[in-house]
Parts: sequence; structure tokens; C-alpha cells
Amino acid sequence: MNGREQVTLSERSDFQAIAAWIKPDSSVLDLGCGDGVLLKYLRQTRDARGYGIDIDDANVLACVKNGVNVIQSDLERGLAGFDAGSFDCVILSQTLQAVRRTEEIVLDMLRVGREAIVSFPNFGRWDLRLQIALGGRMPVSPDLPYQWYNTPNVHLFTIADFESFCASHGIRVLERVVLHGGRPVTTLVNIFGSLAVYRIQKS
Amino acid sequence: MAPEGNAAPRSVGAVKPQILHFDQPLRFKSGTTLDAYDLVYETYGRLNAAKSNAVLVCHALNAAHHVAGYYADAPDNVGWWDNMIGPGKPLDTEKFFVVGVNNLGGCFGSTGPKSVNPATGKPYGSSFPVVTVEDWVNAQARLADRLGIASFAAVMGGSLGAMQALQWTISYPDRIRNAVVVAAAPKLSAQNIAFNEVARQAITTDPDFHGGDYYGHGVVPRRGLRLARMIGHITYLSDDAMMEKFGRSLRSDSIKFHFDVDFEIESYLRHQGDKFSEYFDANTYLLITRALDYFDPAAEHGDDLSKALTPAKARFLVVSFTSDWRFAPPRSREIVKALLDNRRDVSYAEIDAPHGHDAFLLEDPRYHALVRAYFNGISARL
Repeated sequence: MNGREQVTLSERSDFQAIAAWIKPDSSVLDLGCGDGVLLKYLRQTRDARGYGIDIDDANVLACVKNGVNVIQSDLERGLAGFDAGSFDCVILSQTLQAVRRTEEIVLDMLRVGREAIVSFPNFGRWDLRLQIALGGRMPVSPDLPYQWYNTPNVHLFTIADFESFCASHGIRVLERVVLHGGRPVTTLVNIFGSLAVYRIQKS
Repeated sequence: MAPEGNAAPRSVGAVKPQILHFDQPLRFKSGTTLDAYDLVYETYGRLNAAKSNAVLVCHALNAAHHVAGYYADAPDNVGWWDNMIGPGKPLDTEKFFVVGVNNLGGCFGSTGPKSVNPATGKPYGSSFPVVTVEDWVNAQARLADRLGIASFAAVMGGSLGAMQALQWTISYPDRIRNAVVVAAAPKLSAQNIAFNEVARQAITTDPDFHGGDYYGHGVVPRRGLRLARMIGHITYLSDDAMMEKFGRSLRSDSIKFHFDVDFEIESYLRHQGDKFSEYFDANTYLLITRALDYFDPAAEHGDDLSKALTPAKARFLVVSFTSDWRFAPPRSREIVKALLDNRRDVSYAEIDAPHGHDAFLLEDPRYHALVRAYFNGISARL
């Protein structure tokens, strides 16, 4: 359901940013966890007690092979089985653009987790804007490698869109890291950033 | 499915059941005590020097200790989980020492209603104590003591067998490192109990039942057992699987306007019932369905399953099957939720299989790959 399956750890520049925000020994729920490499990384680096959620049979098997806890479940059905505040942190790493019920998922994350971490590809980056404005074609990039007809991404949005969403939904942004090519971007992030990582909380 | 890190799957070969006598009284949950008893069991693979690689496989309603392999004098008598257990199979006997045991109250060699009560010289019959899952687990722990197994690498079971695995994590948290809980429920629903009650009524109202003491009359309540099995069998299969397998196919080319067998499904159920009534003991059927009914670890904790599972220390693999309406996936999710509440290590898979409850006994590649991967993980930590 997302682009994470075949991606190796080194290609996932958001992992380090995420790990830096995870307090040692905390409980973590990773939504759309893929093969579980993030959870494995968080266990190794932060001693995090983690659980992944994924719907895909191959991903569930990959998690078990990776020795990572995984619960096979459909994110689109929400987190109804999880109690409010039952996790220190709920992570949605490069999956938000691929879920249909965006609003519900983010709000549910903030119900179940005392904090949440969300990362997503920034559709507002300048080269993507140019592809659509000048080329007249839907953008394709290393972070958005799909054609319009085969993309699992159903909601494409920008850093500005996400921050406006947070403001209108009573979500407080605690921290933000914007990356391009694995390096932090600090100025004009919605133009130069390709990947945004947010630490958020209910206001 | 290509096995990973395991040799080509094969049978454990010819196996022999063994029997152990226990003369330390066992007090049951009901308050009754059994002064002495036998347990019949089989083992496959080799216990390692550290005695750390033992896996107990618990049986469900109609199975027993013959889990894998075959008997030299009866090569067609293949163990009930032979597709799962053997060299190179998901539970690999090259790596693990696997124990299968016939539970107390059974009818395949362990002390049960048809065994002779030494105090009377007659079969226990109706006087055999009502056993619970907890009692079985206590007896299994004593078997483990005798086999020199201080702690199991895993306890594994499907259906009622899964309930035993779950109970192990509560009763003996320090003696079980992993629980493989397949097609389970944390307790029966009213509908589950209702099906069991119909099965029991079929048996106890059979004129050959004689209040459970039919052994002395030279008869068995065959008609009741047959009906009980037919009812049970319907609940093990999904509507779709049954339709797929039998549809509305007829035994002959047209309906006969009678009440004998017209449809294939009728013939199948009768055949299953007949076969079962020839080898299974009716009192054992009553006892085992009752053990199912009474299993409810949360009951002593204000119906809070999370509290009931607080003592558990094991890691868990929980597996359910989408078409299982007897113990449907939400029942497994209750277990997973309770384990999450306790921050236990747990993985949960919901296998999209069409076969209903019986799917746990079948060879689904996704299911078997998962169990294989899980046991490979256990093996790596040995």
C-alpha cells in the first residue's frame, strides 16, 4: 500500500530524523510498517518497544523474519482496537499520501499516541511544480517515483498544505525536519524540500 | 513454497507412542482429585544438551498425541499436524524436540473415562472428573518435568490447542518462551456453547448412553456421537468452502423424493459421523466440549483479559483465518489487544483463507511461511 517495501534503510533519510525524536524505552506504533526495518532500527538505536501495523501478507511475513512485532490490520479501518494514549508515539512514515481517510488517520494517531510522527514527500518542491507548470505532466521524482496511473499515492500535498491542515484541526507542530537528498533544508522548505518529517501533538 | 534455511520437507518417519505413569495425585479445578494416571505421548527430533529446544504441541477436540509421522504397522495413520511438523517443515524437527500428548480424559491411551478405575475395577465412565484446560496444562507440566524440560521453547496449538498454549503463558509463565496461538478464542461465545450443547444432547439422549456407563452394557452411543460429529463438522467449514466442495451435487442423477441421502453433503457428513463414532469415546467428547465451554481465563479477573494475561512473559504469534466463523478473527484480536495492553511481544496475522476453522490444519503457503519464519526466529535465539 505504500512505497516502502523495497526500500532499504540507507535510502530512508527520514529514519534518522524519526529516531532522534524517539525517547529511549518508549512504546511505538508504526502504521504501514512495511518490512519492519524502521521498528528494527528504533529497537536497535532507541530500545523502543515497537509494534507495526500492515495489511500486506508479504510485509507481515517480512516483519516476522525481521523479528519485529507486527499486527496485520487495515489502516483504513482506523485504530479502533487501540486505547487512547496507549502509545508514546505513533508513526506514519511516508504513508499518509497513500491512505484514503487522511483526516481520520491523523486524528486517530493523535488519540492513540501521546505524540505522532508523520513523514511525507513534499509535492510543493520546485522541480515538481515545474514539471506540472511547464511540462504539463504529473511530476515524477525519486520521492514520487510513480506514474499517475500506477501510483499508490491518492493524496498528494505540500508542506504548506500539511501545516494548514494542522492549524485547522487543532494539531500542534512540535518539531519539523525537511530534507532533500538526505540533507536538511532550512530555507524556503516548501520549495527546496523533498521530504518533510513532523512531530505533532493534539493542542 | 521454497523453504528458507530448512532442508526439503519430509516426514519424521515411523514413530512410536510412549506412556508414562504418574502416581502423584492431581487436583482438578473442580476440586476432584485423580490419584494416579497415565499420559501417552510422542516425541520427534532430539532434545539438545541445554534442553532448550522443546516444543509442546497441544491437540484440539478430536486429535491426540499422534501429531506427526506414521506408525510402522499402520502407514496410513499419519499424524494430524504432519504437514506442519517434520524435518524441513515449518516446525522443523531437525532443530526442535517436539512433544505431542493425549490429554487427560482422552480416549487414545491417556487416562480417561474408558480407562479402568483401580478403585472399582470398572471403567471410570460417568465418574471421570470434569477436566478443564488448566488441568490439562498442569498435567502437561508434569510430563515436562519427567522429560527433563524446565521450559519450552514454544507451546503451540490450534483451536482448543491454542487455548492450552494461552493457558501455559498464564499458569507457567517461566516455563514457556513462545506461544503459537492459531485459530483461537479467549473464551467461547454463547453460539459456540450452543453448538456444544446440541452435540452433548445428541450423545446423552442416545438410548445406548446409559448415563455415561455404557461400557458395561457392551454398547456405545454411536448415533449420538455420529450426530455430534456431524454438527461439529459443519462449524469447522465455511459456507463457501462447503459450497465449493459439494455445491448441491446429488449422489445420483436426480432427487428421489425421500429422506435418505440425496445430496453429496449429506453423504459426506454421514460418512464423517460414521467414521468418528467408530473410534472416538462419547464421554471424552462430553469432557472436551465442556473444557471448551469452561475456558475463560478472564473470568477470574472481572472479565478483563488484559489482567488475566498480565503474568504472561512469552512472545506470541497469533494467527486467525478470515473465513473461520467458529473462532472468527475478532476473537483472536481480543487476545492480541490484551497482549498489547501488557506490552508483550506479539505478532498477529489474519490469513485470507477460504476453508473456515479447519484452515489451521491445512497447508496454506502464507500461513506455513509465517510459522516457519517465527520458528526460525526462535531457533536463532536458542
